[in-house]
Amino acid sequence: MTIISKFKAVALSAALSLSVALPAAYADEQYFPLQSYRVGPYAAGGTGFFGGFIDYLNLINTRDGGVNGVKLTWSEGETQYEVEKGVEVYERLKSNPGVAAWNPLSVGIAYAMIDRITQDKVPLITINHGRTDSTDGRVFPYVFPLLLNPYSETSGIVNYIASKEGGLEGLKGKKIVVLYHGSPYGKETIPIYELLAQKYGFELQQIEVPHPGNEQQSQWLTIRRAKPDFVVLRGWGVMNPVALKTAAKVGFPVDHIVGNVWSNSEEDVIPAGDAAKGYTAITTQASGAEYPVVKEIVKTVYDAGKGNLEDKKRIGSVYHNLGIVNGILNVEAIRIAQEKFGKRTLTGDEVRWGFEHLKLDPAKVEALGAKGLFHSINVSWDNHEGEGYVTFQQWDGAKWNVVSDWIAPDWALLRPIIEKSSEAYAAEKGIKLRTAEDADAVSTN
Amino acid sequence: MSALATEFTVAPTLPKWAAPVLVLIIAYGVVPFVGTSYLFEAILLPFLALSLAGLGLNILTGYAGQLSLGSAAFMAAGAFAAYNFNLRVEGLPLVGSIILSGLVAAGIGIVFGLPSLRLRGFYLAVSTLAAQFFVQWALTKFSWFSNNSSSGVIDAPTLSIGGIVFSGAAGRYLFSLTIVTVITFLAYRLVISQTGRNFIAVRDNETAARIIGVPVLRTKLLAFAISSFIIGVAGVLWAFAYLRTVEPAGFNLDRSFQILFIIIIGGLASIRGAFFGAALIVVFPLVLARLGSFLLGDIFDSGVLDMSQRIVLGALIILFLILEPDGLVSLWDRIRRRLGSALRLTRR
Repeated sequence: MTIISKFKAVALSAALSLSVALPAAYADEQYFPLQSYRVGPYAAGGTGFFGGFIDYLNLINTRDGGVNGVKLTWSEGETQYEVEKGVEVYERLKSNPGVAAWNPLSVGIAYAMIDRITQDKVPLITINHGRTDSTDGRVFPYVFPLLLNPYSETSGIVNYIASKEGGLEGLKGKKIVVLYHGSPYGKETIPIYELLAQKYGFELQQIEVPHPGNEQQSQWLTIRRAKPDFVVLRGWGVMNPVALKTAAKVGFPVDHIVGNVWSNSEEDVIPAGDAAKGYTAITTQASGAEYPVVKEIVKTVYDAGKGNLEDKKRIGSVYHNLGIVNGILNVEAIRIAQEKFGKRTLTGDEVRWGFEHLKLDPAKVEALGAKGLFHSINVSWDNHEGEGYVTFQQWDGAKWNVVSDWIAPDWALLRPIIEKSSEAYAAEKGIKLRTAEDADAVSTN
Repeated sequence: MSALATEFTVAPTLPKWAAPVLVLIIAYGVVPFVGTSYLFEAILLPFLALSLAGLGLNILTGYAGQLSLGSAAFMAAGAFAAYNFNLRVEGLPLVGSIILSGLVAAGIGIVFGLPSLRLRGFYLAVSTLAAQFFVQWALTKFSWFSNNSSSGVIDAPTLSIGGIVFSGAAGRYLFSLTIVTVITFLAYRLVISQTGRNFIAVRDNETAARIIGVPVLRTKLLAFAISSFIIGVAGVLWAFAYLRTVEPAGFNLDRSFQILFIIIIGGLASIRGAFFGAALIVVFPLVLARLGSFLLGDIFDSGVLDMSQRIVLGALIILFLILEPDGLVSLWDRIRRRLGSALRLTRR
């Protein structure tokens, strides 16, 4: 019988390891489950973004003792940017008490979560990316593509190229190639580029680079043959430096390549070396460590040895600052919701209400120590993007320099397209369009 | 391939239907009531889908001896076919679109199985890679397959059979479990039939099989068709019941390898092998991840932990295959035989 008892012991220990309890929450804590990725081809984005996010949460805890006394907690699960790992981590972490919001930083994972978080009534934040039509809060009550959805990004880039060509009229007869990442994220903007090409009369060619994009010789040879006036780089991770290097190899001028919001980081240009000098990219948040909030993070968090980035040179980099901005938006949403519901642990639905009233004008942004880091945000119950402004930055071989003002994308042009798409989704799924009254009804459990 | 012999050996005191029936009683009668959403969503649903895919590949590779690296492509074909049948054919019940999607996958399987008439072994494996790349390319290239959804991601419909809606994690689990049970039963009947013996004959010695009158060409294509049908249905479960969304990139070459490893680790030419292998591939990394973050989570970040888990997992698989090259099934049978004799000894 010894064998049987041995098996029992093994089975018992296996069961125990599966039911490992996460640290129990105390009365006033708000919890952030983080589906982070620190390994794999997109680790640069993951470590920078989640590093900045965690650094900001740490700052709030250390400097202010939490949000109005409510301590912020978090734990991480590695997803490697893979959908099924993201789902597993979601299921693992969702049972923790006091979940504030999900921030997966992956379109694929976000898509898989939409049904689940809607059922659980917890917000899903896809800052600067995500499903464009989730901007429509009437159909997607819990999804927030904050600051910049992919269509707004497209509009911003096209407007920027137009400004180089002497206004939108100047686009007529020009040729633009969009080089996009072969993933849901990359493909999200295909229809909007086509629409804008028709509207403004420029010639358009969209070329896919299969994931992960470490070989692009044939794509760039095609581009050389096509002789476009501009190439829009809609890349992600390792695809970006490879694109810049291959462009240099085939002789395409780098100052005619415009990067999108996920091709705009130091990690995208430094590996490309000289090939990246003069490259321009869109951004919603400036890079650099000179902003008061970043300085405070260095002083309060890093000097105390609690910083999340292993390489301190990355403090103030594009992804790190995006993580910090994401932290500001999440924390302020909680603060706004606390004003209404009380200074305690909030339910996911109460945090959703907070996000739907997240209005930070430039003065408020300055008070948060983030003046110049990002412009402003104005989220409402039916506009979940919140009218983020964009700017353009150029790489000089050592750092990014801002080369434009804060620009507003053409929201009025985009809104009807977004509504058409979201209404089609609502019809397919049998979703009743939400009204302002529905948005004010908040579930407290 | 000696797993075949052990397939039909049974515990000395129990009839051979006892174990599967017991498993089914627990799976239907106990698990839905005690399981947590984590158990269903993160463990049982991927386990069921991958088991079924492993079962499909085992019929082709384990029984009929044709090596294939196109499993994920057949899963993708099944998932996208079911989505389109469901979307475009009014009034077609879900079961109908699942069966039709299996047939579509079977058709694609036959086409890509044609090289097997001339190629063997690794050469065949390389030619099935064509399926892997072609299907993924076609699904990405023609946006019609994903109903022109801008990002190429499809949303799963509600699962319902004859008016019963399988919503929630437990519902989707029961839905998957039922499909897997039915197909497993049919697969079991198949491998003990004349067709199943033909498969084995072709695998063991093609020339000999031809001489004793086995129609080799037809048998090979039939193996591809049946295997792809099952893998296609597994793809539907993966997309509709487990992830509830799917993109072509989710069915990449890694997934094909994963399914191949499932049957190698679980045991070739064995129905149970697919289930054992899938259990190991799905559950073991999770246990390691949990254990790792519990023991060392405060010291290392999740990236370092994830890397070390891969090393541990790889080392364990190597160790395990050295100790038991015939897979988990024969390990299990050995344990059971020992337990059986131990029990008999104590009874005396």
